[in-house]
Amino acid sequence: MSSSILEVSGLIVKRGGVDVLDIPAFKLQAGARLALIGPNGAGKSTLLLTLAGLIKPAAGEITFQGQPLSDLFAYRKRIACVFQEPLLFDTTVHANIAAGLKLRHMRSQDIRQQVRRCAERFGIPHLLERSARKISGGEAQRTSLARAFALEPEIVFLDEPFASLDPPTREALLEDLHRILNETSTTAVLSTHDQEEALRLADEMAVMNAGGIVQVGRPEEVMNHPADEFVAGFVGTETVIPGTVTSSRQGTLSIDIGCRVIEAVGDAAPDAKVILCIRPENVTLATPDGHASSARNVLTATVVHIIPRGFYYKVELDAGCPLTAYVTRQSIEELGLMEGLTIIASFKATAVHVIMK
Amino acid sequence: MDLIIEGIVKAFQLLFALDPEVLGITTLSLKVSGTATLVSLFIGISSGTAVALNDFPGKRLVISLINTGMGLPPVVVGLLVTIFLWRNGPLGYFEILYTPMAIIIAQTVIATPIITGISLAAMQNLPANLRLQIMALGATRLQMVWILVKEARLPLLAAVMAGFGGVISEVGASIMVGGNIKGYTRVLTTATVMETSKGNFDIAIALSVILLLLAFLINAVLTHIQQRQRPR
Repeated sequence: MSSSILEVSGLIVKRGGVDVLDIPAFKLQAGARLALIGPNGAGKSTLLLTLAGLIKPAAGEITFQGQPLSDLFAYRKRIACVFQEPLLFDTTVHANIAAGLKLRHMRSQDIRQQVRRCAERFGIPHLLERSARKISGGEAQRTSLARAFALEPEIVFLDEPFASLDPPTREALLEDLHRILNETSTTAVLSTHDQEEALRLADEMAVMNAGGIVQVGRPEEVMNHPADEFVAGFVGTETVIPGTVTSSRQGTLSIDIGCRVIEAVGDAAPDAKVILCIRPENVTLATPDGHASSARNVLTATVVHIIPRGFYYKVELDAGCPLTAYVTRQSIEELGLMEGLTIIASFKATAVHVIMK
Repeated sequence: MDLIIEGIVKAFQLLFALDPEVLGITTLSLKVSGTATLVSLFIGISSGTAVALNDFPGKRLVISLINTGMGLPPVVVGLLVTIFLWRNGPLGYFEILYTPMAIIIAQTVIATPIITGISLAAMQNLPANLRLQIMALGATRLQMVWILVKEARLPLLAAVMAGFGGVISEVGASIMVGGNIKGYTRVLTTATVMETSKGNFDIAIALSVILLLLAFLINAVLTHIQQRQRPR
């Protein structure tokens, strides 16, 4: 797990004579699931396609398993790519999934088995004989993913694979892809502008802006401790905490986050890995002598920072885990809030957004 | 009216009697236009694909020139090919003016831009990322081009039909570079022109019917190939 499968140094990609990508150094660990996130035009797709050996950099070096990428053709036979559009060929679903295997001169009997296995994995075995032009958008993207995973790639590159799907289709496919990535433990690089996709699929996040990587880290690190204003603005202000479901009853989950147990509304089996997102405007603060409330989550916390934000204040807390609250100036004065003070932070179970891992 | 009816009756008599002269003219037309279409296909699809897949300075100008070439008047082509093949012209050495070869060359010049233009448009119509997707599947450049040609097969077959239709029905260049020599360079269109000018409407109608039938049959076959085995 700890060895790097791809390493990049001094990478420059130009388009029309202008630098569109400038990555001084970057490593992708074997088995990692990296999400490249950033706004449109940040260079996510360019970096992804360059790492996939589909765009030639103007300068810099990419090494794959310690060897410099010299034979791009041979390298491309060990990876796979899925794009935003399914880009299926005008033939059957079966022939589409078989396309890469055929290029590798696999025996036709083995191809049939592998195609069927992959189609079953992505829930499309009933479509194999259908025309790829006559299936729905979600089915087409499943076919495209099956075509990529049929190759058993060492790295799979996913360029905004869910961006053109409607929410229910996207939801179902996200869940399946997550399961399949777990089953196959394939190293994956995903570009997306959607944080939730990144949180669900990735265990590492690289935030990109203007052709560079601004911050790399575990998703909760990046989201709770943005490196600069840009990252903070892009990833939003939610507190993000990974946890494990300990119990579930009547729609309320108890989730162990290490330092304590948080209650949240949701549906998940015990032991499920989840990520909790808590918006600062949903966190209420009180002095320790405060009275009981209906909030299901009451935490003792220390005030770390109080940052004025115009009409309100941002209060950063340490409750064992990081937590952020927005409060008014009146509240600051009435509670006598100051850095170092111990207070009670609470939020309702309904204010926690639970993301399944 | 009688003229037309008599003409059509005579035409079918000639057709069913398998008149050797008519048969010879028909065969030559097919050979000449077929060969010209095949050569144009080879040049047109490869150059259309090459222009579509590569970026180079002046690409737009090249595309404009190809598109202009799609409407090249056959008499202009006839004139140019005649000059080139003239006894003391640049290619006069080969002595092929007024031979079937000269007609093939002229018709190739007419059909190539048509096939190139349609192939180019067909290739440019494919999604931009499709090339990257095919390369990512592990294809070599040649395999990629082959897959792209297969993806564009419907418009490419339309290119074949347009190219063949253009040359089999063309008369200006054939008469100029072929000379309409009986039994040697006389094709369906040049024969029709001559018979009409002589007032032999029955033969002219027979030749026209054959021309129409040929055009229909060949297009029917190509359409069948184009539409077959499209999976449901």
